Amino acid sequence: MIWLTWRQLRGGALTVGALLAVLAVVLGLTGPGLADDYSTTIAACSSQGGGCAGFVERFFEDNRITFLAAAAVVLVLPALIGVFWGAPLITRELEAGTHRLVWNQSITRTRWLAVKLVVTGLAAMTAAGLASLAVTWWSSPVDKAAEDFPRMEPLLFAARGIVPVGYAAFAFALGVTVGMLVRRTLPAMAITLAVFVAAQIAMPLLVRPHLVAPVRSTVEITPSNVTGFVRGPDGVLLVEATATSPDDWVLSSHVLDAAGHAVDAVEAPSSGPCAPSTAPAEEATGPEDDPQVAACLADLGRLGYRLEATSHPAGRFWPFQWYETGIYTALALALAGFCTWRIRRHVS
Amino acid sequence: MTAALRARGLGRSYGRLWALSDCTLDVPAGRVVGLVGPNGAGKTTLLHLAVGLLTPSTGTIEVLGGRPAAGPAQLAKVGFVAQDSPTYAGLSIEDHLQLGARLNPGWDDALARDRIRRLGLDLTRRAGKLSGGQRAQLALTLGVAKRPELLVLDEPVASLDPLARREFLQDLMEAVAEHELSVVLSSHLVSDLERVCDHLIVLVASRVQLGGDIDTLLATHHRLTGPRRDPARLPADQHVISASHTDRQSTLLVRTEAPILDPAWTVDQVGLEDLVLAYMGQSATDRRDAGRPPTLEVQR
Amino acid sequence: MIEFHLDDRSGLSPYLQLVRQVRQALRVGLLREGDQLPTVKAVVARLAINPNTVLKAYRELEHLGLVSARPGVGTFVTATLADASFAAHDSLRQDLRRWLADARHAGLDDESIEALFVTTFRTTAHEDIA
Repeated sequence: MIWLTWRQLRGGALTVGALLAVLAVVLGLTGPGLADDYSTTIAACSSQGGGCAGFVERFFEDNRITFLAAAAVVLVLPALIGVFWGAPLITRELEAGTHRLVWNQSITRTRWLAVKLVVTGLAAMTAAGLASLAVTWWSSPVDKAAEDFPRMEPLLFAARGIVPVGYAAFAFALGVTVGMLVRRTLPAMAITLAVFVAAQIAMPLLVRPHLVAPVRSTVEITPSNVTGFVRGPDGVLLVEATATSPDDWVLSSHVLDAAGHAVDAVEAPSSGPCAPSTAPAEEATGPEDDPQVAACLADLGRLGYRLEATSHPAGRFWPFQWYETGIYTALALALAGFCTWRIRRHVS
Repeated sequence: MTAALRARGLGRSYGRLWALSDCTLDVPAGRVVGLVGPNGAGKTTLLHLAVGLLTPSTGTIEVLGGRPAAGPAQLAKVGFVAQDSPTYAGLSIEDHLQLGARLNPGWDDALARDRIRRLGLDLTRRAGKLSGGQRAQLALTLGVAKRPELLVLDEPVASLDPLARREFLQDLMEAVAEHELSVVLSSHLVSDLERVCDHLIVLVASRVQLGGDIDTLLATHHRLTGPRRDPARLPADQHVISASHTDRQSTLLVRTEAPILDPAWTVDQVGLEDLVLAYMGQSATDRRDAGRPPTLEVQR
Repeated sequence: MIEFHLDDRSGLSPYLQLVRQVRQALRVGLLREGDQLPTVKAVVARLAINPNTVLKAYRELEHLGLVSARPGVGTFVTATLADASFAAHDSLRQDLRRWLADARHAGLDDESIEALFVTTFRTTAHEDIA
C-alpha cells in the first residue's frame, strides 16, 4: 500500500520537488554570501559612525524581490498541497471508478485511506518543512534589514519557522475531507482553497492574538516615538506613534486622553504650542525633528494624553510558532480521523 | 458446500427510491451464475452489495459464509470486475500487477504474468492506452490472479466487440475450469449468458423474478400451443407465466414439474431467451396492474 | 484429437451436441480406442461454454460405455461405434429413398418433408436419451 501511495503521488511529488529544487537553486546561489556581506558591512558602517540606515535600506532593496518571492513560495505551498494533493486523493478514484478496483483488493478501505493519509501527509509536511527551512535560513540576514516586514506580523509569521509544516498538514487533511464529502475533483479543489484561505485569514485575526495574553503598554508621546503628526481641519491633531520596538506585533494602538478614553484625534488646545500656527510650512523633516512638534507633544503630555498599545513582543515568536503548529496539526489529525471513520460509510 | 451467495430480504434504498427490494437468493457454489435483467433493474446494486461496495438498507447478505468486505480475508475470497473494467489509466500493466501482488496475500504472480503473456500485452503499456477488450482482460487477470473463491463480474462484455467478447468468455471459462471458481456475472443480454452459465437469476424492477439451475428451468418450462383456452382453467400445478391469444389459438408459457397430459396442447421447449423475456414481461404487466412507479434508473 | 464446435441454432442442448460429435467421430473412425478426448479446460477455452457442460457430456459418454475417465490423466475412448452401424447403412439408405419417394408422391414439398423429419427426429431423440 505504501508502494501504491507513492506511485500515485509520484506526479504531484515531482512537481512540488521541482518547485523546491528551483527554490533551492535560487536561494543556494545567493544565500551563503548574504550573511557574510551583511555582518561585515554592518561592522564596518557601525565603526564608521555614520549610521547604517542607508546601507540597511540598500541591502533590503537589493534582495527585496527574492525575499518576497521566497516568502510567497512558503505561503502558497500549503495551499497547493491542499488543492493538488489533498482534494483529488479520493475524488480522482471516485471519478475514474478505480475505487471499485482498489477497494476490492485484500485491504480494507480504512487501511487504504489511513496509509494514504499518513504517507502523503508526511510528504506534505516534509516539503513544507524543507521550503520553510531553506527560506528561513536564506532570509535571516534580510529579516534584520526588513523594517516593513517584522517576523511577528502575520504576513511573515506564516512564512517562517515551523508553522508551514502545520499549515501543510492541515491543508492536506482539509483537501482530503472536502474531496470525500463533495466527491468531484474541481469543486473539491475550489472549496478546499476557499476554506484554507479563510482559515489563514481567520487565524491571525481571531485566534493568534489570544494565544497568550497580549502586553499592554502605556507611554508618553515624545519626539522619539512619534511617527505621524498632522494638523487636520477644525484644529484637530492626528497623532501616531509607536509604543513598542519595531519588531513587535502591534495589535492596536490608540491615543488616550486624560480620562483614559481612546480618541481618534486630539482636540488641539487653543493656546500654547499646539495652537495652529499662522504659517504652517511644509517641511521635509519628519515630525521627530520639528521643534514645534516637540513642544506641542510636551504640552499634550501635560494635558494627560498618552499612547496605549496592545502588542505581542518579538520574543514571543517561537512560542507562537509552536502553539500554532500544534493547533493546525491537531486540526489535521482530527480531520484525518474523521475521514478514516467516514470512508466506511461511503456509497459506491 | 457453502453457498456462494445467500440473501434474505435484501434491500437497498437511495432516499425513497429502492434500487433493490426484498431479494431472497440462494446461489450454490461451483456454478457460473448469470444475473440478467433490464438496465436499472438492480443488477449492479446487487453485485455491489455482494462485494461490499454497498451496505444493505434492509435484510442480510452472506457471501461464502461471511459478510462482504468484512476484512482482508473476506476481501481475498471475492474477486470483482466492475462495469467498464476500471483500471488506473496512468499506471502501466506492470504497475497493476505490482498493485495486485502487494495488496493481496494470495496473489499468484506466475499466473498473472502467464495470462498477460498469452494475451500478448506489453507490460510497459499504460492502461489508459489499451483497448476496451484489453482493459477487460487486464481487469479479469487482476480478479483471477488473487485466487478468489468467487469471481463477480458486472456486465463484463457489454461494451466489447464480438471478437473481444468471445475471447473474454473463453478466458473466463478456462479460468473457471482450471481453478474451480464460482462466478456471478451480470448482463442485459441473455445470449451471452446461455453458453457460459448454469444458474440463472432474473432481476426485474428491483426484485428477483426467477432463480434456478438453467437445466431445471428449461426442463420445467414449456410452451403450450392449442385451441383458445382461459389460462385460469389450467390445472393448479401448471403456473402460467405468459399467455397470448388469438380468436382461435392460445399460446401459453407454463412452469410445471409434472408432465403435461392434455392432448389438446402441442408442447414445445422454451429457449432461455424467451423464458427470460416472459418473466420480464410478466413483471411489467404486474407493475402496470398494481400502478407501481417505473423502474429506478441507477445513475452511474 | 478431435475439436468440438457448437451450433447455436441446432435445437439440441450443448452437452448433447458434444455427445453427438463424439459418437459421430467414433462412427467415422476419427476417434479410435485409446484416443484421449480434449481436456475440459481446452474445450471451454475454445468454445467459451460452461465447464459443467463438458463434464456432463463426458459423463454421459461414460454412461454410454464409450469413454472412461482416468482422474488426473484425462478421458479416453474405450469403445468404437464404427462396425455395428456401417453394415446397416446401405439398407437404411434404401429405406430412406423409398420413404422420400412416398412423401413426394403424397404431395409434400421439401420444407414439409424436412419439418416432418426434424420434429419426429427430435421427439424420439429426447425420448431415447431422457
